[in-house]
Amino acid sequence: MTTLAQTQSAPPVVTKAPNKSLWKDAFFRLAKDKVALASLAVVVLYSLVAVLVSLGIIASDWAKEVGPSYTAPNGDFWMGTDIFGRDVFKKIIVGTQVAMSVGLVASLIAIPIGVFLGAIAGYYGGIVDEIVVWFYTTFSSIPSIMLLISFTFILGKGITSVYIALGLTSWVSLARLIRGEVMKHKEREYVQAAGAIGGGHFRKLFLHILPNVNHIIIINTSLQFQTAIKTEVILSFLGLGVQDKPSWGTMIDDSKLELARDVWWQLAGATMAMFFIVLAFNILGDALRDALDPKLKGK
Amino acid sequence: MNIYVYLLRRTLYIIPVILGVTFLIFILFNIVAGDPTPLLLGRHATVEQIAELHHQLGLDKPLYAQYFDIVKSAFTFDFGRSWATKQEISQMIIKGAGPSLSITLPAFFIATIMSVIISLVASYYRGGKIDIVVRFCCIAGQSISSMAYILFFQKILAFKFGWFEISGYEFGFPEMIPFILLPIIIDIVLSVGPDVRFYRTVILDEIYQDYVRTARAKGLSELVILFKHVLKNAMIPIITYVIIQLPFLILGALLLESFFSIPGLGGITLNALNSSDFPVIKAMAVLSAVAYIIFSLLTDILYTVVDPRVRLK
Repeated sequence: MTTLAQTQSAPPVVTKAPNKSLWKDAFFRLAKDKVALASLAVVVLYSLVAVLVSLGIIASDWAKEVGPSYTAPNGDFWMGTDIFGRDVFKKIIVGTQVAMSVGLVASLIAIPIGVFLGAIAGYYGGIVDEIVVWFYTTFSSIPSIMLLISFTFILGKGITSVYIALGLTSWVSLARLIRGEVMKHKEREYVQAAGAIGGGHFRKLFLHILPNVNHIIIINTSLQFQTAIKTEVILSFLGLGVQDKPSWGTMIDDSKLELARDVWWQLAGATMAMFFIVLAFNILGDALRDALDPKLKGK
Repeated sequence: MNIYVYLLRRTLYIIPVILGVTFLIFILFNIVAGDPTPLLLGRHATVEQIAELHHQLGLDKPLYAQYFDIVKSAFTFDFGRSWATKQEISQMIIKGAGPSLSITLPAFFIATIMSVIISLVASYYRGGKIDIVVRFCCIAGQSISSMAYILFFQKILAFKFGWFEISGYEFGFPEMIPFILLPIIIDIVLSVGPDVRFYRTVILDEIYQDYVRTARAKGLSELVILFKHVLKNAMIPIITYVIIQLPFLILGALLLESFFSIPGLGGITLNALNSSDFPVIKAMAVLSAVAYIIFSLLTDILYTVVDPRVRLK
């Protein structure tokens, strides 16, 4: 233990502790975790496939009849063919684009709503907080599957409805987390300092507090992304989702009848494709939380 | 704050929430959804027919009256009649609750007990091989589509081996068993993964607390600490998690009921979806929201009674 005398006599010690920023530190921690890196690679691969499909570079001819109906997987068709003799592998590729786009668009809708409402509720407190909390309690009181079904049912079938429905139902958890975190941060010294040098509410909230809580957005998005993918599959399976394109959900729906004829490859292919990306997002979400959460530092 | 004042405030809070939920449902179904009459009557309906149907469905009333009808239904559970089957919706719900509960209740009970035990074992060996295997199995299991589980089990266990009925349902106690066993098993498989992940986190949160260190310093064995000290404290979040799931049991397992043709509430919802049966979907939304609101109120009250720390806030 340092006594008063020692502190006075000793020259000021400059701590040589690694002075890494949160993001750099998080990156190094993540890089040490091989499983998390592999998951990141899977996510990047799926995103790349999705982009290439969107640009029409690969699998644009998925609808073409390439072989006899229900060919089992072989050298030519890795995943076999479906009832119309279409290549199942190409359908899975197109399904990848659908799944990833749902995750992305739903996040793009949910993040601004969740961050904005959570931030103003946490920062201003009082009546603003009451209203925002009431608003998201209302939204979360309807079980999300009922809300999703209602949304897609009312907006009409199709991918746009799935985007909107998922976006409008998945902002609640983010708003909740951001609100709690902003509440903790608004009394901190750095925010007071920002106020003392004349920063207004807007400046304090958006330029000082938000950059300090945005790791929550990343962790939450990683976990919401896989929920979105799983939900898209269920909605498409129920016939509420994608109509004019193959999706993993409609492929699983097709396989309901195919299984009776021992045609298993469409189900297996769609399930595997979904398995790897959902698994990757799950592991990545957990790893990101461990890497970015300052509370877990040093554990 | 006085505990009674807090409880009263918390109880009264359900009023704005119910008003909000019903308003959301009103906006969705009565404003955004548009006029349902072309769906019901086809394109060649006459003006008189449309007007009559509007009157029947209560759509000729002013908007505030339509909203008031929804609010009223949240308290009286009088949802009117189904457009497709012309039955009273409340009767349909009462009839559908039985089959739904016959699957979800046993499945929920078994899954909860199994999950708590598995997560206690995993926490006991935290960081070890067993823990890693359990965690990996949970995450991997959750990453497989629930439809794949259902199709696979149905195909192998019911169709190939003939151990269970492939689909269908029979009312009455011993008769229903061959029909509900497989859905129950699948339901358990589906819920154990997420449950174990949640319970494990809860238990591990407790394990790093000071009182555990004290218990260890006293020389208590790890097993006694886990079952006597940690489990008791972890019970609060576990019970909350259990209670909040209860309303969803009544709603039934949507996909399971559809695959196994079980006439429960999940099946009713899906049928309504396929036949554009607005009032039934609306009723299910209102019903599930009210159930959720009531059960989260119960959780909060329970919390206050069990955990003295909550009262201080």
